[in-house]
Amino acid sequence: MKQLMLGNKAFARGLYEAGCSVVSSYPGTPSTEVTEEAAKYDEIYCEWAPNEKVAMEVAFGASIAGKRSFCGMKHVGLNVAADPLYTMSYTGVNAGMVICVADDAGMHSSQNEQDSRHHAIASKVPMLEPSDSAEALEFAKLAFDMSEEYDTPVIIKMCTRVAHSQSVVETAERVLPEDKPYEKNIAKYVMMPGNAIRRHPIVEERTRKLAAYANDCPFNRVEMGDTSLGIITGSTSYQYAKEVFGDKASILKIGMANPLPDQLILDFASKVEKLVIIEELDPIIENHCKSLGLTVTGKDVLPIEGEFSQNMIAEKLGVEVPAHVSLDEALPGRPPMMCAGCPHRGMFYTLSKNKCTVLGDIGCYTLGAVAPLSAIETTLCMGASVSSIHGFNKAKGAEGEKKTVAVIGDSTFMHSGMTGLANIAYNQSNSTVIILDNSITGMTGHQQNPTTGYNIKGDPAGKIDLEALCKAMGFNRVRVVDPYDLADCDQAIKEELAAEEPSVIISRRPCVLLKYVKHNPSLHVDHDKCVGCRSCMRLGCPALSFRDKKAVVDETLCVGCGVCQQLCKFDALK
Amino acid sequence: MTKNIMIVGVGGQGSLLASKLLGHLLLTEGYDVKVSEVHGMSQRGGSVVTYVRFGDKVYSPIIDKGEADFIVSFEKLEAARYIEFLKPEGRIVVNTQQIDPMPVITGAASYPEDLVEKMKALGVQVDAMDCLSLANEAGSGKAVNIVLMGRLSKYFDISREKWEQAIRECVPAKFVELNLKAFSLGRGDD
Repeated sequence: MKQLMLGNKAFARGLYEAGCSVVSSYPGTPSTEVTEEAAKYDEIYCEWAPNEKVAMEVAFGASIAGKRSFCGMKHVGLNVAADPLYTMSYTGVNAGMVICVADDAGMHSSQNEQDSRHHAIASKVPMLEPSDSAEALEFAKLAFDMSEEYDTPVIIKMCTRVAHSQSVVETAERVLPEDKPYEKNIAKYVMMPGNAIRRHPIVEERTRKLAAYANDCPFNRVEMGDTSLGIITGSTSYQYAKEVFGDKASILKIGMANPLPDQLILDFASKVEKLVIIEELDPIIENHCKSLGLTVTGKDVLPIEGEFSQNMIAEKLGVEVPAHVSLDEALPGRPPMMCAGCPHRGMFYTLSKNKCTVLGDIGCYTLGAVAPLSAIETTLCMGASVSSIHGFNKAKGAEGEKKTVAVIGDSTFMHSGMTGLANIAYNQSNSTVIILDNSITGMTGHQQNPTTGYNIKGDPAGKIDLEALCKAMGFNRVRVVDPYDLADCDQAIKEELAAEEPSVIISRRPCVLLKYVKHNPSLHVDHDKCVGCRSCMRLGCPALSFRDKKAVVDETLCVGCGVCQQLCKFDALK
Repeated sequence: MTKNIMIVGVGGQGSLLASKLLGHLLLTEGYDVKVSEVHGMSQRGGSVVTYVRFGDKVYSPIIDKGEADFIVSFEKLEAARYIEFLKPEGRIVVNTQQIDPMPVITGAASYPEDLVEKMKALGVQVDAMDCLSLANEAGSGKAVNIVLMGRLSKYFDISREKWEQAIRECVPAKFVELNLKAFSLGRGDD
C-alpha cells in the first residue's frame, strides 16, 4: 500500500523489514525519529543509550553476537562515536550493522554544519545517501546486505530535508535472517597492533572492491536528458536539481557517497558538454571529480554554507526564478525561546541577577542565552560546560570561582558531563556545577534517559541517582533546589559560589510539557495594582506581554508557575 | 503542475496536524505528495514553516519564494514574514491572532500595525479571520488549525465529504466531533 511517510519513519521501516533486531541510539535532531519509530516494532529491541559512543558499541556487540543491529545519531553525535567507528572499520561485523548519521545543513537545530561524508572517507566505511523516504527505506534494507557481504558497518547519511520530509513509500513484510553464529576470532576482533596491522590491508582491499561495486550498484543512477548540461548530485540536492532542470539536463545521481564511482563519473562526463556538481556543504564530489582530471563547476558558484533550495540553485546557475511580492517593512524576528512555565527560566533569571558567568551546554536551556535573560556565555558541545568551567577556574583562580557556574541538563550530564565532573573532583577546582534536571531529554522531543527511571518504550527502567552519583565522586556539597522558588535558587547560588570547595546544585523540576505535569490555573494582571514597572518582563516569558503600559498574561499559554509573581512588588499578578 | 501550500505559525500551534490532514487527503486523491516539517529547536516558540506540495510528480520537498499558491498562517506577523513565498496571484488564509515574539515582549521592537491591510495592498488575496474565536466556539482554542483547513477547503476541487473523512482518519476519535465543527465554522456555509 502506498503511504506518506516521514523519511526517518521510512528508515525505521527499512530496519524492520531487513530483520534488524537490536537498536541503540542517542537522540539528536534530525535523527531522533528513526529510533523512536523503530521502538514501535515489538520485534526490535530498542534503547536510548547515554551517548552515541555507547550506542555504537552496543550495536557492535549485537552485530558480532549475530543479530542485525543499528545505531542512529546526528552529525555531531558521530564525532562522539568516531572512536569505535574508525576501528570497527578494521574489525568489520558479523551480522549486518547500519549507522544513521543525520546532517543539519542550515543548522535548524545544531551548533555547527559539519559534513559527515568526511567521517565516512576518513574511517573508510561505505556511506549511502537517500534523497527521499522511499530511498531511506530501500537503502536501509540494502545496507544490511552490503554490510554482511563486505564485512563492514555501513553508514546511511540523512539530512534535515530527507529526515523530516514525508513522501510516498511502499512497504513490505519483515524478513528475519537467521542469526549468524558468534565465533571467537581474536585476529579479527582484538585490535591490538599485531592484529590491526594485518586488518588494515583488508580494509584497503575492501575499499577497492567497494569502489568497483560503486560503478554498478543500485544506489547510483544516470538519468539522461539534454546533454548540454550534466549534473552530478545526491541527497536532497538531487530533488532541487530535478525541480529546476527537469529533463533539460542529464543527471548522475549519487546514492553511494563513499566510495565514489570513478568509472561511472568519467563515462557520464564524456557524454555531456558541461559538468556541474550540486552538493550541500563541502565540495567532496567536486574535489573527487577534479582528482579524476575533470573540469567542473561547483563551489565556485554554489555556497558551502547553509541549505540549498530550487531558487538558490536556479539563480546561481543563471535560470530565471519566479517573481514575488514583498512588504516594505522590517518585521520583528521570532527566535525560539523557553516555553511558558519552563523550569529553567527561574534559575537563569537568578544567575543573570547575580551577574554570574555561565558556561552552558547543549539542550533547551541553551535558550538561556537569548535576551532578555542573556545568561549563558558559552555553548560548545555535549558536556563542555562541566569540563570547561574547570579550565576557566584554573586559569582565573578565585576571581573566577566566586562568580562562575556551569549549567548542564540531566540527559547531557549523563551523555558527557560525568567525565568532566570526575575531572573537577580529581584535579580539584573550586567549581560550581548546576544540573538542570527537568527529568527528560527536552529539545529533541521528550526522550527518556538514565536519570528518568523509564526506558524508550515508557516502561520502568533503572534510574541513576544524581545526588548519590555526585557524592560518590567526592562532592561534599550537593543540594537540590526548586527553580520555581527564586529565593531558594538565589540562596543556593550565593552559598555554593562562596563555599571553599566544589559543589553541585541540582535544579529539579520536570519539563512543563510532560503529560504528567499538572498545570495551575493561568494568572491574570490586576490592572489597578500594575504600575507598569516591567519587572516581570525581565523573565522573558512568552505568556507575558506589555500593552497600554500594563503587563498582560496570555491565558492560553500561562501555566501558573508563579515565578513572575515573585518579582512583582505590587502584588498585581494573581 | 505542482501546487504548493505553506503552513506558517508559531512553534506549538498545531501546524503538524494541519499538514498531516492535507498530506493524507491529497494522497487519497491520487496525487504525489511531499510534506516538509520542522522539528527540534525551532519548535520552541519560534517561527515555524511546513511545506505541502502535490501534483503528478513532486521533486523538491520545500517551497521557495514566489511559488506558494496558498499560505495558511496561524498568526498575522508570520503571514507577513513569509509573504515573499506567495505567488503574486496567490492567496493567504490568515488567523488574525496576534502573538508577540520575544523582541516585542522585551520592548526591543514593536508589533507592526495594520498587517492585513498592508498585505492586501500588495494585490494578493487575503482571507483574514479570527480563527481563535471560531475554534473556541467549536470547543477548544487548539482547533485553530482545523478552522484554517475549513477555510482553505473552499478553494479546492475536493468535496466537503472527503475533507471530513480525512479529519475522521487523522484526529483521535474523541476529538472528531469538535474538529468537524471547527472545520464547518472555518469553511462557512456551502
